[in-house]
Amino acid sequence: MSMRNVGIVYRKELTEALRDRRTVISTILVPLLLFPVLSVGFGSLAVALVGKAKEETPKVMLRGGTDSPAVVEGLKKLDKIEIVLETPNWKDQIINKDIRAAVEIPAGFQADVTQQKSDTVKIYNYEGELKSEFATEKVEKYMKEYRDQVIKDRLAAKNLPETVLKPFEVKRENVAPPEKVSGAAFGGIIGYMVILLCMTGAMYPAMDLTAGEKERGTMETILSSPISRMHLVLGKFFLILTAALGTAALSVLSMGVSFSVLGHYTSQSANGREAAAGMILKLGPKTVISVFLMALPVAVLFSATLMTIALFAKTYKEAQSYLTPMTFVVIIPAIAAMLPGVELTPKLALIPILNVSLLCKELVAGTYHWNYIGIIFLSTCVYASAALFIAIKMFQRESVLFRS
Amino acid sequence: MIEARGLSKRFQDKKRGEIRAVDNVSFTCQPGKIYGLLGANGAGKTTTLRMLATILEPTDGTAVICGYDVVEHPEKVRANVGFLSTATALYRRLTAQEFVEYFGRLNGLDEAVLKKRVDDIFNRLDMNGFRDRRCDKLSTGMMQKTSIARTLVHDPPVMIFDEPTNGLDIMTARTITGFIRECRDNGKTVIFSTHIMSEVEKLCDTIGIIQSGKLLVEGSLGQLRDKYAEHELEEIFVKVVTPHYAAEEAN
Repeated sequence: MSMRNVGIVYRKELTEALRDRRTVISTILVPLLLFPVLSVGFGSLAVALVGKAKEETPKVMLRGGTDSPAVVEGLKKLDKIEIVLETPNWKDQIINKDIRAAVEIPAGFQADVTQQKSDTVKIYNYEGELKSEFATEKVEKYMKEYRDQVIKDRLAAKNLPETVLKPFEVKRENVAPPEKVSGAAFGGIIGYMVILLCMTGAMYPAMDLTAGEKERGTMETILSSPISRMHLVLGKFFLILTAALGTAALSVLSMGVSFSVLGHYTSQSANGREAAAGMILKLGPKTVISVFLMALPVAVLFSATLMTIALFAKTYKEAQSYLTPMTFVVIIPAIAAMLPGVELTPKLALIPILNVSLLCKELVAGTYHWNYIGIIFLSTCVYASAALFIAIKMFQRESVLFRS
Repeated sequence: MIEARGLSKRFQDKKRGEIRAVDNVSFTCQPGKIYGLLGANGAGKTTTLRMLATILEPTDGTAVICGYDVVEHPEKVRANVGFLSTATALYRRLTAQEFVEYFGRLNGLDEAVLKKRVDDIFNRLDMNGFRDRRCDKLSTGMMQKTSIARTLVHDPPVMIFDEPTNGLDIMTARTITGFIRECRDNGKTVIFSTHIMSEVEKLCDTIGIIQSGKLLVEGSLGQLRDKYAEHELEEIFVKVVTPHYAAEEAN
């Protein structure tokens, strides 16, 4: 086997790919821009929106409470809440977001409390609406504190200690290292993104180098040169593989940079730091390298499969209509791996794509199950070589090359 | 030197069943001569030439080119052949020079030889003005010259032209026919296919008339004129082909 010929084809395809706007956009620009735009853009937008929502003083309508002046007074003193007087169309006002909530204090509430009769304070809100939730939380917190105070007073009156009501505390404490906690939450996404971007990176060149070549009439030109079809298909395959891995590498890189920028940005504010702790991934070089080693056979599998399918098409458009559904074939197992509770088992370790997504989740969390790593790497290598073998075979078939 | 021996190609068609695109075709082309394969559209010309160029593999029979069998040593055959057709397009994102160099490298030329060869060809074909222009920015004439340069870069002893002037304007077509003559004068074995009678009359030393995949008649223009008692090639062609054409239409 002459690597020289494969290299000649590869170099030429690389020259052409780098001069093609569509390839450059799909394999270089999209992965580089996607994450900064998604994380920094979306993240800062979210921070800005939440901040704005918190700054606004929500209006809360007070219903009843004329005979409970102490409670009403307390409510009026609450920070960042404006108590407005009762109007009959309060429900519509909540729905139209003129007011954010309404609190209903039953008649004789304070008297009932003194007489130890049970009552219900109702808070009406717009569920799921951010500002309404803020207002509700404030009012609810105040009412609960008031209730706690009442309990304390009653206990004190009867000379009972507070432990009567709370005989013991229940507390949870995380012992997993922080990177494993974030891994469980976000590890699935890393694997998913790497797999999906391997696929999208390979997609465009796979079509361009096969169906595109048929469409432009260069297939016959290249087949009339002395290069063997095997060297030709390998040269093309390596270019597609480069695009797949390049896209994945660039996206992981830009994801890393985006996360650290986002981390830096959010750590400026106290609120952000708390929220960021759960979101920011700590990707060490070991994790990155191991995720990449696992992505390698997957990229080979995608490149060979996409190339084979695209080879059947006569035109670029036809190839697109064959390959677009392939995206779903890849997305479904990759998403399945992100579902909570789906964990590696010996059987799942044999399902292509799903197994690597699941493994990536573990790798990002810093767990190395060597037997699974072995099974998954080997099985993916087997699938990948089968796909490459089929691609080479298909390239020898006249009925595929000259389909009419 | 080209020797086709019982060359046959059958395709499977879902609707029409087995199609004999080329059916037991044998002929010989000599160095320094031009062999013209004359036939209507769909007669089997392109399939025959594609088998000679080893782009397609024969179902039966074989051909020997410069001593190499097309079935057994297709890569050796291709190294000895220059193949040009209107379907052999250029890589649009490469420059004219890169394109020719690519094919030189695929033919195993080392860089020193390649550089000299490319310079020679570009000078000879007067292509230096658009050496570094991308192929998608070339005019039709420039594209044809670039294609010719590609077939010449490895200096093959055999040239195969499949309807080379199809769809070209008259000036570009003349570049091609001039090139075909030049190949013959340089002692190359030349075979070309066409359905244009005047090209055959002007160029060919031997004419083969092909219809329904069968080589019906073969000979020089003089021999065919004597045999069919007609002067015009078009009349000869019609006389030869009509019975077979009618039979095929009836099918």
